[in-house]
Order: sequence, then structure tokens, then C-alpha cells
Amino acid sequence: MSARGLGKVYRDGEEIVRQNEVGDCMFVIQEGQVEVLSELDDDEFRLGLLGPGDFFGEMAIVEKQARAATVRAVGEARVLTVDKRTFLRRVQEDPTLALNILRTLCQRIRALDTEIAELRDELSEGPT
Amino acid sequence: MMPFGRKRSDLEVSLAEGLAERRPELQLEDGSRVAVVGGGPAGSFFAYFLLRMAATLDLKLQVEIYEPRFFTHGGPAGCNHCGGIVSESLVQLLATEGLNLPPEVVQRGIDSYMLHTDVGSVRIEPPLQEKRIAALYRGNGPRNAEPLSVHGFDRYLQDRAAGEGATIQRKLVTEIDWEGDRPTLVCATGERESFDLVAVATGINSHLLDRVADARPSYKPPAASKTFICEFQLGQETIEKCLGPSMHVFLLDLPRLEFAALIPKGDFVTMALLGDEIDEALVEGFLSAPEVRACFPEERVPATVCHCFPRINVRAAQRPFADRMVVIGDGGVARLYKDGIGSAYRTAKAAARTAVYQGISAQSFQAHFWPACRAIDVDNQLGRIVFTVSGLIQKFRLTRRALIRMVWSEQMRAGGPRRMSGVMWDVFTGSAPYREILVRTLHPAFLAGLLWNLLAANVPRRPRRATRRQP
Repeated sequence: MSARGLGKVYRDGEEIVRQNEVGDCMFVIQEGQVEVLSELDDDEFRLGLLGPGDFFGEMAIVEKQARAATVRAVGEARVLTVDKRTFLRRVQEDPTLALNILRTLCQRIRALDTEIAELRDELSEGPT
Repeated sequence: MMPFGRKRSDLEVSLAEGLAERRPELQLEDGSRVAVVGGGPAGSFFAYFLLRMAATLDLKLQVEIYEPRFFTHGGPAGCNHCGGIVSESLVQLLATEGLNLPPEVVQRGIDSYMLHTDVGSVRIEPPLQEKRIAALYRGNGPRNAEPLSVHGFDRYLQDRAAGEGATIQRKLVTEIDWEGDRPTLVCATGERESFDLVAVATGINSHLLDRVADARPSYKPPAASKTFICEFQLGQETIEKCLGPSMHVFLLDLPRLEFAALIPKGDFVTMALLGDEIDEALVEGFLSAPEVRACFPEERVPATVCHCFPRINVRAAQRPFADRMVVIGDGGVARLYKDGIGSAYRTAKAAARTAVYQGISAQSFQAHFWPACRAIDVDNQLGRIVFTVSGLIQKFRLTRRALIRMVWSEQMRAGGPRRMSGVMWDVFTGSAPYREILVRTLHPAFLAGLLWNLLAANVPRRPRRATRRQP
């Protein structure tokens, strides 16, 4: 991984955020990949794999809730932290700053809708 | 017609302005031609955001960036005479905009500041130890940088704007003229092109700003001050040993010097001196200070590979807009001494937002673009107070001792508020508005801490057997 880049380098398997912890920042991946994991009854489910340019933890910017998932580096990953304060201060002057995040949230909702539809379809078909 | 002697009511004024704003001929529409004069950060940010915002309305614009430089040569030919720092807050905002600075553009990620005075030096680290300040080259690096394949920031932004659909015209604009109500660009080749909107992003060092003022007398170019920037070629290994991943800043009692920094970048170190009309005598005085020499190998300052005395914006331009024309970046308003690239981003984006969503009349720019400029200008007034106080601290040895002691004790502590460190960090990085910095310095706990450290650092103590090591 280049020594010149911005952000912090996380080692393979290192946790970047932990589910149920309260956060006050979001993250933008600069290099490498991270996996998003949901922990349920001592089991872990991978919800997705994110790469350069993707961001995560954005819910902490708009609501004061615990993190919905755990995020870990897959291989080495360089990740930039975006402070809630920096973001919200600027968004007052320039609301279009939130458009990129809204766009990502829309994509995630669309992906979830598709997933729910597929699951319902599988359930209605019943076990074969 | 309005009766003679009667003043228009607020409602009438807003209706008139509203109607003027919505004049159909002063809106961008499909096929509108937009020229951007200057392909530096302000110009490229403007083109990039204009095209992205236009896409949200399915508006198809023809955007041309006039920039004669290719940014493929090192030294003055491709240089934009700038310290080359992207502030901590701007790095974060650009990342949320989808503009992640690639490692080949970032010459060095900065994670801390080393503050030097004649009474000691102290490292200031933010609580989050992360490289969030980018040291980079605007052009293609200094002289001798060609073999190192430096990727400049301006080229990166131009490529992003081109990626959104902007065309780069490698032509030098020599005049901005008007044909009817349309702004017209005159190139060095003699070509003339009329546009629906012209964004002037030439920077403060261009004579074109005077041409704009000639054509539109309501525009008054900004007041400027001379600065000094130079480059030393030391090699990465030496730089790592002498400077590390920190930016080095100096609070020295040198008249007219407001800010001085050594910025490590790849194989080079950029030195930037800002203040009131920096001249060669002041540069000599700075370089001969022991605290500065101590940052170089064997305390010897090497010869520079290139240097310049560029001008910076120290007072906002008046009315940097007209019908179908807007001046962005340094030619309009910029933050005092700090975050010039951040000011370019803010003014360029405000201009793009206005042009796409509100209109391109002077009234539209007055109502929607000027407030963003005015906010920077008002904050600069408070910035002058911050720099006056900082100048007083620089002037007296007693206060310099107190400052170093306060920062040092905060940095040694595992937790607790870091009031002076935070203030210094924000003054040096330009990350927070000056208003916020000033408010924090008026907090009773900050003032009490400063008073305590003023006493503790300057009252002579009886020698003890085991003394604490001073910073």
C-alpha cells in the first residue's frame, strides 16, 4: 500500500467500526476493501463488500444511534474518517453536499428492496 | 412607473428581483455555452460541479476550460505558485463528494504539526492520528522534478472535469470583451468566442482581472500581498529523518511575518512565508534563524531549486459578478492566509449552484453566490483579530514560553480537553472558521489555562534535585 495516501491503514481483519457502538463519524475507502458484517446470536453474516470510493457509517452522521454493522478490513485497507462536525457544518452552507450520500442511501434501499423481494419469493415457493 | 420620490417597499423590491432572476434569457438551457477562464482548482471545481448539477436537471451544457498550460513540465512552466496544502476539512469534504485524492497526487499525507519557537518546539497531534492533510503540487512539481513523474493536483482536477464532459482548450485568453450582452473571449491567436456564461478563474496573479474591471466597473479586483514560496531538494530519506510526516510551522519574532512553514513533499520540501509584503530581507532573516536551520541536515540550509514571490488575496473583491459573468477563486474572495484551495472549492461550487439552479443574472449571483463569498469575507475580519493576537504571542518571549508549555502539557496528557492545541491546530491547518477559533479562545477555561501557564512558565523556581524535562 502506497505510503503517500491519505487516511489510516487498517491491517487484514482489523475492525474499523463495531456493531452496537455509538459513532460520530463516517468513513470513505481510499484503497483496498472492507467487509460489512452483521452479528446475530453469535453468528456473523456478510452483508456486503465495499471498495475504493465507497463509504460506510454514514448513518452516524444523521442520527445518534448505535452502529448497525461491524466493518473489517479485507487485506490491507486505507480508510479516511469524515467527522460529523465537519460535514454538518458545511452542509448548512451547501446542502448539495449531502446529495452524494443520499444517492448512496437510495442505492442501498433499492438493493434491500430487491433482496426482500427475492427472500419473499423464496419463502412463498417453500422448501423444495 | 414608480411615483417620483416614493421608496419601493420590500415586497416590490423582492418581486422585481425575483422577476429579474427568472428572466428566461438569463437562465442556462440545453446547449448553453459556458467558458471557464483558467484551469486551476477554482476553474476545474466549477466545471466539475456545474456539469454534475446540470445532469440532475437533465440540462446539457457545453463547458470549455481555457488553460494554455499542459502541466507536464516541472518548474515555472507548469507551476501555479502555491504552497500546495489541501486542508483537513477539505480532504474530508472532497471525499464525500467522490473526489478522493489518489496517492500519486498526494506527495505526502500530513498527520501532525511541529511548532517551533526560540523557547522550544512541540509536536501537535490531533486526537485522531490519521493522515488527513494532503501536501501536493498544483503543477507538475518544481524544477528537477521531471524524472520523478509528479502528478499535479490541477491536472487531476482538470481530468475529473473532463470526465464529466468539459472540453479543455489549450489557448491563452488575453481579453474578456462583450458583444451585445454576451461575454466574449479573445485568445492570443486572435480568435473570438461568445458565451452564455463566463467564469473567471484566473487567480490573482493575472492581468485579466484588470480587463474584467475595465469592462465591468462595478467589479473591483481584490487587494493582494506578496508572499514567498521556494523548494529544496533533499531526497525522501533525508526528509523522513529531518521532518517526518509533520508540517513544520514557526512562531518567530520577525516583523511582517504572519505564517511560516516547511512542508515535506516526496523528494522536496516546500517553504512558504506569508505576511505583509514578504521581501528578500525577511526571507534571509527567516532562513538564518537557528530554529529553521535546525530542520535541515547539519543545520545548513541548502540552495533552493526554484522560488517565487506570488501574490495572495488579502481583501475581497467587490461585486465579483455581473450578468453572465462570475469571478471565482482568488480573483474574488479567499480565506485569509489559509486554505486557498478550500476557498476555490467553496466559491466555485456556490457559483455553479447558482448558475444551474437559480440563473446567471447579476441578481441571481448577488442573492445566491455572494452570500458564500461574504461569509468568507466576514470570517476573514475575525481572522485578522486571530492573527493580531498570534502576532502578540510571537512578539514576547513570556507568551511564547506560556504557549509552548500549554501545548506541551496538553499533548503529554492522555485525555482531557486540548484547548490550546486545538486552537493552534485550526489556525495552522485552516480547518475551522476563524469565528469558531476566536470563540474558543474567549472560553474562560482557555483564558485560565493560558494565565496559569504564563505564570508557571515564567516564574523562576528554586532548583530541585529531580526536575521535569522541559519541552
